[in-house]
Amino acid sequence: MNTVNDRSRDIGPFVPMDDDDMLICRCEEITKGEIRRAVHDGMWTLTEIRRYLRTGMGLCQGQTCSRLVKGIVARELGVSPAELEPATSRVPMRPIEMRVFANEMTEDKEADAV
Amino acid sequence: MKRFDLIIVGAGPSGLSAAIEAAKRGLNVVVFDENEKPGGQLFKQIHKFFGSKEHRAKVRGFVIGQQLLKEADELGVKVVLNATVIGLYQDKEVVVRIGEEVVHYKADAIVIATGAAENMVTFKGWTLPGVIGAGAAQTMMNLHGVKPGNKVLMLGSGNVGLVVSFQLMQCGCEVVALVDAAPRVGGYGVHASKVARCGVPFYLSHTIVEAEGEDHVTGVTIAKVDEKFKFIEGTEKHFDVDTICLAVGLSPMSQLLKMAGCKMEDNPKRGGQVPICDEYGRTSIPGVFVAGDVSGIEEASSAMIEGRMAGVVASEYLGYIEEKERDEELEGLSHALDGLRQGMFAPKNRGKQIEETEEGIPISTNLLQKGYVSDAEIEHFPGVTHVVGVHPVIECTQNIPCNPCQDACKKGCISIGCNITSLPIAVPGSKCIGCGMCVASCSGQAIFLVDEDCGDGTATVTLPYEFLPLPEEGKKGTALGRDGKPVCEAEVVSIKSAKAFDKTNLLTMRVPKEYAMQARFIKFA
Repeated sequence: MNTVNDRSRDIGPFVPMDDDDMLICRCEEITKGEIRRAVHDGMWTLTEIRRYLRTGMGLCQGQTCSRLVKGIVARELGVSPAELEPATSRVPMRPIEMRVFANEMTEDKEADAV
Repeated sequence: MKRFDLIIVGAGPSGLSAAIEAAKRGLNVVVFDENEKPGGQLFKQIHKFFGSKEHRAKVRGFVIGQQLLKEADELGVKVVLNATVIGLYQDKEVVVRIGEEVVHYKADAIVIATGAAENMVTFKGWTLPGVIGAGAAQTMMNLHGVKPGNKVLMLGSGNVGLVVSFQLMQCGCEVVALVDAAPRVGGYGVHASKVARCGVPFYLSHTIVEAEGEDHVTGVTIAKVDEKFKFIEGTEKHFDVDTICLAVGLSPMSQLLKMAGCKMEDNPKRGGQVPICDEYGRTSIPGVFVAGDVSGIEEASSAMIEGRMAGVVASEYLGYIEEKERDEELEGLSHALDGLRQGMFAPKNRGKQIEETEEGIPISTNLLQKGYVSDAEIEHFPGVTHVVGVHPVIECTQNIPCNPCQDACKKGCISIGCNITSLPIAVPGSKCIGCGMCVASCSGQAIFLVDEDCGDGTATVTLPYEFLPLPEEGKKGTALGRDGKPVCEAEVVSIKSAKAFDKTNLLTMRVPKEYAMQARFIKFA
């Protein structure tokens, strides 16, 4: 078991910082303080953080903030960012409207599409 | 469900190269790209590339893009644009959004060449409009013809930061400072020098404290940092700017590979989350290959070779060629790739502090700390000599894999030799005829023609000039030194633009002869 998954480890109390109100995930408007607080609430993996706060689930799908979030969580846990497993990659890879996602091209048109 | 032999995701340098190699061997290939234009980042690259002939050196990036597209087209490769691959499933099923519909395709082999995305850094005010990626600035300027701002501060001294700073100036922006938290310039010295001599100050060991402004950027404060990257109080400097460009690295866009189940690793040396793959781009899933930045951040020239490797490996995987042909092809490509991965900036030297050149000459410390080689230091290099009459002065001071200058001179005045990273030498006893081909062919804009004594107390300096509008002959200006500071008055003697120069104009200026070895740029009021 790696350090990240050892939940019995004491990471100390949440200590407020000057830049806690800085936006990190712009699409979902999540601040650095919220991410740090989430770690102390028990969210130690990026998948958990994502489900808890919706970081990286907005329009850019984490293209801008995922590396930043990873860095903040790693620092809070006292581990290297490389030790944190990235959040799951899932379809659709890019934001897509539901009406398009549900609109599968019929086979007769497929050949013309490319 | 429509099937292909090979589906390639990404129509950048590596994806197109893979498509070309596979189509050449008879595979039925389709390339999907989410952008409205193909070429990836190539069409933004208006500068001349480094390397040797086999790497298409001294050709501008967008021209290489045009060449690749033409070649792919002639081979019958289908490039589908505005086609976003949203998923890669088991059994090589690819789901693509085309227009308002979603389409499923299947292939027997896949090449993922999705490239990379720009990194961001945070500071107070980083979300203000006006804080943009350097790549975004490049897209605005070079693809859409939009000037990103008027006064720009660049953060990051890697090749992206340096190249984009120069392009911002070409576009008419003022670059007020080039800032990097690292203590040394990260990119090629020649790229730094051409920015520095235009008058851009370099602030190494500095970073941004705050972007100022209510609803958009109106200013920026930087400060010096210590070895632990902590701000040193009292070192703050303020600049009035409307744009802050961030050139702080790239991250591979490898999510499709992770989704498909490829074994991944977090490798800081390769830029982040990357698939585990062999040197030819074979991932842990048979038939799924990778090429270009998605498998580790490098640059376009190596991405094209990696793409060709992936195309060859995929062809053999599907039985279109024998193992023997594959291995012969790969040997040649590996050799070409090795050629690019040589010198001070080679991947194997990343993070190393190199003190002297392969020739044993101390590396210019000014170049690493301020972006330019000092007047005293430049005399140590083999390209800088003093002879009577016009002669090339080659201010190339780092070992990088590049040699077009050697072929450019038909009179044999410049020699690099068989080792592509060697510093160019001004050949003793050779006779320069002042044609200027070397000046125009140097991708680093580091060669000047100098006549140190015209006999009337003046000297002439011919420099590569890529700014518009071109000045008229006789126009007076101020000569700037390598450090970008005014040296003396100067007058334009001639401007030469020839097809063979490929849009690098040769500006010859007359200066008092004592400044012949200092004046390296001209600025007009």
